Amino acid sequence: MRPESSGVQVSAHFLRKRETVNQIAKYVLMAAAAISVLVTVGIVYVLVSEAVVFFEEVSVWEFISGTSWTPLFAVPTFGILPLLSGTIVVSGIALGVSIPLGLTLAVYLSEYAPDKVRETVKPILELLEGVPTVVYGYFALFLVTPLLQIVFPDLPGFNMLAPGLVMGIMILPYTTSLSEDAMRAVPNSIREGAYALGYSRFHTAVKVVIPAAISGITAAFILAMSRAVGETMVVAIAAGQMANFTFNPMEGAATITAFIVQVSMGDVSHGSVAYMSIFAAGLVLFLLTLTFNLIGFFLRKRYRQAY
Amino acid sequence: MNTMSTNIQSGIDYASISRKNRSWDIIFASLGIVVLFIAISTLLALFLDLAIRGAPQWTNPDFYTSFPSRKPLEAGILSAWVGTIMVMLVTAIVAVPLGVAAGLYMEEYADKNWFTDVIEINVSNLAGVPSIVYGLLALGLFVQTFGMGETVLVAGLVLALMILPIVIVSTRESIRAIPIELREAAYGLGANQWQTMAMYMLPAAKPGIITGAIVGLSRAIGETAPIITIGALSYIAFLPPSPIGGDFPFISFEWLNSGFTVMPIQMFGWVSRPQADFQITAAAAGAVLIVMTLAMNGLAIYIRYRARKS
Repeated sequence: MRPESSGVQVSAHFLRKRETVNQIAKYVLMAAAAISVLVTVGIVYVLVSEAVVFFEEVSVWEFISGTSWTPLFAVPTFGILPLLSGTIVVSGIALGVSIPLGLTLAVYLSEYAPDKVRETVKPILELLEGVPTVVYGYFALFLVTPLLQIVFPDLPGFNMLAPGLVMGIMILPYTTSLSEDAMRAVPNSIREGAYALGYSRFHTAVKVVIPAAISGITAAFILAMSRAVGETMVVAIAAGQMANFTFNPMEGAATITAFIVQVSMGDVSHGSVAYMSIFAAGLVLFLLTLTFNLIGFFLRKRYRQAY
Repeated sequence: MNTMSTNIQSGIDYASISRKNRSWDIIFASLGIVVLFIAISTLLALFLDLAIRGAPQWTNPDFYTSFPSRKPLEAGILSAWVGTIMVMLVTAIVAVPLGVAAGLYMEEYADKNWFTDVIEINVSNLAGVPSIVYGLLALGLFVQTFGMGETVLVAGLVLALMILPIVIVSTRESIRAIPIELREAAYGLGANQWQTMAMYMLPAAKPGIITGAIVGLSRAIGETAPIITIGALSYIAFLPPSPIGGDFPFISFEWLNSGFTVMPIQMFGWVSRPQADFQITAAAAGAVLIVMTLAMNGLAIYIRYRARKS
């Protein structure tokens, strides 16, 4: 504000200029927001345009129903099912670890822990989330697998069990914080109503808070699933790089992400079918995570509106 | 008194129910602590494993000043840490202004219309897109279509796009956390939308925004997959040209178009080598990397803690 000589008058010129600045700022900021949309457009464009070329060489039916995936062999086959089975097994183990542990921890933090404990624990969980995934991969391959081999002597060096377990711990902060957010969004009046009826904390949590927060908790699990499906380095390092159509966690198998890494590391010529296959595989991965993310988005929106 | 007599009449032993409930409470609270313990001990085991195994390497000063080598115990991380700093520079310069601007728009200017809804769904989806898909975007667009090659610039850009949602979300959250009175006071004094935002909201939201930016960068520093996809190599025995120095005007942008490697790629390269000694080198690189990311996360937590206190 620039007072004129009279002390209260502001020149019309100043006000006009100020409004122009405001309008310019609005459109510059809008452009920045629009760039984030362009990123999505770019991803879809790249994946679809390369995948279209890929599907001119390989039939869609072979792609979605074939049980053999050997793009780098002399006689290449392009059935995505082995990569999907690897992805499903590893993320299944990860969720099997992460969901019960994350839910327990979330209930503990939201219903039991004193504020002090919660405020110490949350940063520690964030540190766990900040560890680079390549480090988790090393951990799975060189520490967890040898430990598991003590229990299961037949376990091969590359297997899906170790990366699955490690990934479960890796996404624990994520499952915990999202489900805790959902539980804390449940108004205290509902909790107090339960206490007044004589419910213990445990029963309040299980019979009142969790049902009330269920859409947010489901969203947490679905978003964690999306994270597990897209996780790359842990599996690329510790689960092996051979596509293997199996649901046995004791075997090694490549996931969609591990395959993309494998091709990127090798010297596959750009434009070959094997090269384009990583975009087709990437498209499948993108569609899977997109579905999970959208479901998660709307579920979270719903619980936010509910309270 | 009245209720007591009802209790006795109905024959329900409330005391034992209450005792049982209490024991459930104790069981559950201990379960929570056990899970917490699992999480923390994983973090510790991971860190100690790297530190102990990598000790012969990371305690050796040559490790930080030598290039990678075919001989595992002579290999160093010079090109990796220099590359990491350069890539992070690009990432920060691109992601922070862009993310803050987009976040400001969504909190301050966006009207309730379809465009805003699209941006909102879009950002929330981008946050969940696997990092390797960003790598495919960079490979298809920057490397193939624009012919930019495997350079520091491309790596910085792809990581910037990847952490953009983190910066946007943290900007929005820290603006939303500002008490409405501040905004109203600014309007009351006659400030318009832009002045309110630039002079009052942004400074108040600064700690939150900085925290978000650091968390985003710490995510980017440890990210491997998108950089592998654009074709970065782990064996780089040179440094990108220095940005400062040389002839007038003493600033050069050649480093942007230079080949590079970064810490996580370097570590991944060593992890995949068959010789057992490379595991030591990989562990040492991992220990350095984990210290870098934990330090950044710690800094972010500290800034947030201080901001909350004041």
